[in-house]
Amino acid sequence: MSDLKLNCPLPLQYEQIVMAHGGGGRLMQQLLDSIIQPVFSNPLLNQKHDSAVLNVNGSKLAFTTDSYVVKPLFFSGGDIGKMAVCGTLNDLAMSGAKPLYLSCALIIEEGFAIKDLQRIVESMQHTAQQAGVLIVTGDTKVVDHGSGDGVYINTAGIGIIDANVNVSPADIQVGDSIIINSDIARHGIAIMLEREGMNFDSSIASDCADLSGLVLDLIQAGIEIHCMRDLTRGGLASGLIELAATSHHAIEINETALPIHQDVSSACEILGFDPLYIANEGCFALFVPEAQTAQALSALHRHPLGKQACQIGKVKATHPRGTVTLQTAMGISRVLDLLSGEQLPRIC
Amino acid sequence: MRRTGEAGLNYLDEFRDPATAKKITAAIKSITTQPWNIMEVCGGQTHSIIKYGIDQLLPDEINLIHGPGCPVCVTPLAYIDKALAIAAQPEVIFCSFGDMLRVPGSHHDLLSLKAQGADIRIVYSPLDALNIAQANPGKQVVFFGVGFETTAPTTALAAYQAKQQKLNNFSLLICHVRVPPVMQALLDSPDNQVQGFLGAGHVCSIMGYHEYLPLSAQHKIPIVITGFEPVDILHGLYLCIKQLEENRYQVENEYSRVVKEQGNQSAQQLISQVFDIVNQSWRGLGEIADSGLALNADYDDWNAEQRFAVAAINTQEPAACRSGEVLQGLIKPAQCAEFGTTCTPEHPLGATMVSSEGACAAYYRYRRHQHV
Repeated sequence: MSDLKLNCPLPLQYEQIVMAHGGGGRLMQQLLDSIIQPVFSNPLLNQKHDSAVLNVNGSKLAFTTDSYVVKPLFFSGGDIGKMAVCGTLNDLAMSGAKPLYLSCALIIEEGFAIKDLQRIVESMQHTAQQAGVLIVTGDTKVVDHGSGDGVYINTAGIGIIDANVNVSPADIQVGDSIIINSDIARHGIAIMLEREGMNFDSSIASDCADLSGLVLDLIQAGIEIHCMRDLTRGGLASGLIELAATSHHAIEINETALPIHQDVSSACEILGFDPLYIANEGCFALFVPEAQTAQALSALHRHPLGKQACQIGKVKATHPRGTVTLQTAMGISRVLDLLSGEQLPRIC
Repeated sequence: MRRTGEAGLNYLDEFRDPATAKKITAAIKSITTQPWNIMEVCGGQTHSIIKYGIDQLLPDEINLIHGPGCPVCVTPLAYIDKALAIAAQPEVIFCSFGDMLRVPGSHHDLLSLKAQGADIRIVYSPLDALNIAQANPGKQVVFFGVGFETTAPTTALAAYQAKQQKLNNFSLLICHVRVPPVMQALLDSPDNQVQGFLGAGHVCSIMGYHEYLPLSAQHKIPIVITGFEPVDILHGLYLCIKQLEENRYQVENEYSRVVKEQGNQSAQQLISQVFDIVNQSWRGLGEIADSGLALNADYDDWNAEQRFAVAAINTQEPAACRSGEVLQGLIKPAQCAEFGTTCTPEHPLGATMVSSEGACAAYYRYRRHQHV
C-alpha cells in the first residue's frame, strides 16, 4: 500500500446511441431534452403527457403513437401484437380518452416466418376487438435479413375525451392520493426470464393488458381523476419521477404498501434488480383527490384488472424541481432518482 | 414491499423485518459507549446499507467505512483496456457480466464498443459463454472473468470444461481477486482507520472463514462474517461493536445459515486446480501481494491474454479522482469535490461511481439530494 495510486480514467461522452438511450432513465431523458424536444418544441408536445390532447371543432381528441421492439416476440402473458395494441390503448386511456381507432405499421425482417406474422396480426385484431376499437390504416415494410429482430410494430391511436374530463400532469394537486391498480414489475421480469433463457422455475406472466375499460369505469363512477400514467419502461419509480418533475410536486410513496408478486420479488433478488424500475404493461398510477380515495378504490376493485388496487402514496407539497421520496420499511426515507440507463445484472 | 402470490424465496421478509431491526438497533445503542470505525468489506453490503438507510439508524458513534469489495470497482484500467482490445476483434464474441459493460477504459467502455457493432453479450454465468462457444464454432468466444472468490469457482469450472472438451474457440480473460489479502493490506496501511470488519458473507460461503482467524489474531481486530439483508447487517454490527466494547477480537459468523467454517471445499478445489495465486493490481489501491487469481500454466491455451496478445497492455491510470481514498475509507463519497458534479453514473470519473455496488454510485443514487 506504500505506492498507493489514487486514480481514475477520464469521463466519457457518448457520441453514438447506446442501449441506455432507450432505457427510460436519465440518458433517455437527456436525449429527449437535448435532441428531440428542442427541435419539435410546441405547446402540445411540451405538456409531456402520454397522449397529445387536441381540440378539433369543439371535440377533445387524444392522439398518441408508440413503437414495439420486444424480444422474444411471444412471451408468457402476451406477444408483440397484443402489446402493440394494449400499449397504445393505454397511452390514450391515460389522458382520459375512450380509444376509437388505431394504425398498424409493420417493419418485417426478410426471412421472418409468415405463420408467426399471421399469429401476431391475429393477436392484434383480437385485442382491438375486445377493446372495441378498429385498426383502420397501416403500412408494411420489409428490411434485409439481419436488419431487424423479426418484426417491429408501430401503432398510433386516436381517442375521444369527454368535455368534462381534464387529466394531465398539470392537474396534479397537493393532497392527491396516488393509487396503483396491480402488483408491479411483472412484465419486465417475465420478458427477462424468457429472453435470457434462465431456468427459473416459475410461472411469471407479463401483465400486458388493455386498461382503457378500467379507466372508463373510473370516469363513469364519477371519480375526479387528476392524472394517470402507465408505468411502462423505467417502471413505477421513473413514471412518478417524471410526473413529479413535470408538475413540480413532492411525491411520497410507502414501500410497505407496494404490491409485488413473490416470484417477481425473488427473481429481482437473484438478478440484482430493483422492481421499482422494472417495466409494467398493465399497471398505472392514478392521482385522485384524497376525499375520493375509497370511492376510486372500490371502482377499481370491481374490475378484473383492478382487484389489487391500493393507495401507495400521496402528493405532499409543491416542489420547484419535483421529487419522489420512498418511505422504507425500516422507517427511513430516501429520494428516488432516475437510473442512468438500463439496469444491468450484477456480478454476485 | 407487500408480497402477493404463493410463497417464493425464503429468508427475505424475516431479514427485512422492521420490528427486528428496531430491536437490534436499540441493543446497539445500549452497548455503544465510544466511537468505532467499522468497515463492511463487500459492495453488496454497502448497497444494502445505503438503500435501506441502515447507517441512519445507528448511534452517531458508529462510523461505517465502505470497503473495497466491489469487483467492478477494483478491476484495474489495464484489464478494461485488454477487454476492449479483445472485444474489438471482428472474429470475437465477448461475454461479460452486465455491470462490467459500463466501466470506462482509457478511451471508451464496452457499451460504446457494442454500439459500434462489436459482438458483446451479457451472460449470467461463464457456462453460458461456454455454450455460446459450442454454438459458434467459427467464432472466438471470450469470457471476462472478474469478481471475488464468489464467482471464481464457476469461471474455473468453465475453464476446466473447455479443457476437457478441447474447446479451442473459447478463452478467458481473468481478473479474479481475493478478499483476505486486501483486508491485510488495509490493516497494514499507516493510514488505517478500521477497527472492526463485517466480513463478506458470499465470499465466505465459498472459502469458509478459517482464513480470517490469523488476520483477526495478528491485528487484534474483530471480524464478523455478515449477510446482506438489513437485519443481517445490523446483527453483524451488534456482534462487532460488542467485541470492541468488551475488548475482544475474534472471528464470529453472523451468516451461519449460509457460511460454514470450511466453506465449499469442492469449489475451493476447483479454484486451486485451475488458478495460481498471483500479485494483483487493484484500481485505486495499487498492487497487493497474493491478491489475485490467474489461470495456471495448464490453461495457457485457454488464456485470452496470450491468445490475443494483450498481455503487454499495462495502462497507467491517470491521477484524477479520489476513489482510492473512498476504497480505503479515508473519505466518504460526498466529501470528494467531483461527486455529483463532474462525476456521475453517466460520466464516471472513477469506477466506484460505475457499479451499483460502488460506494459513490450508491451514495449518488440514494443520497445525492442530501449532498448536492
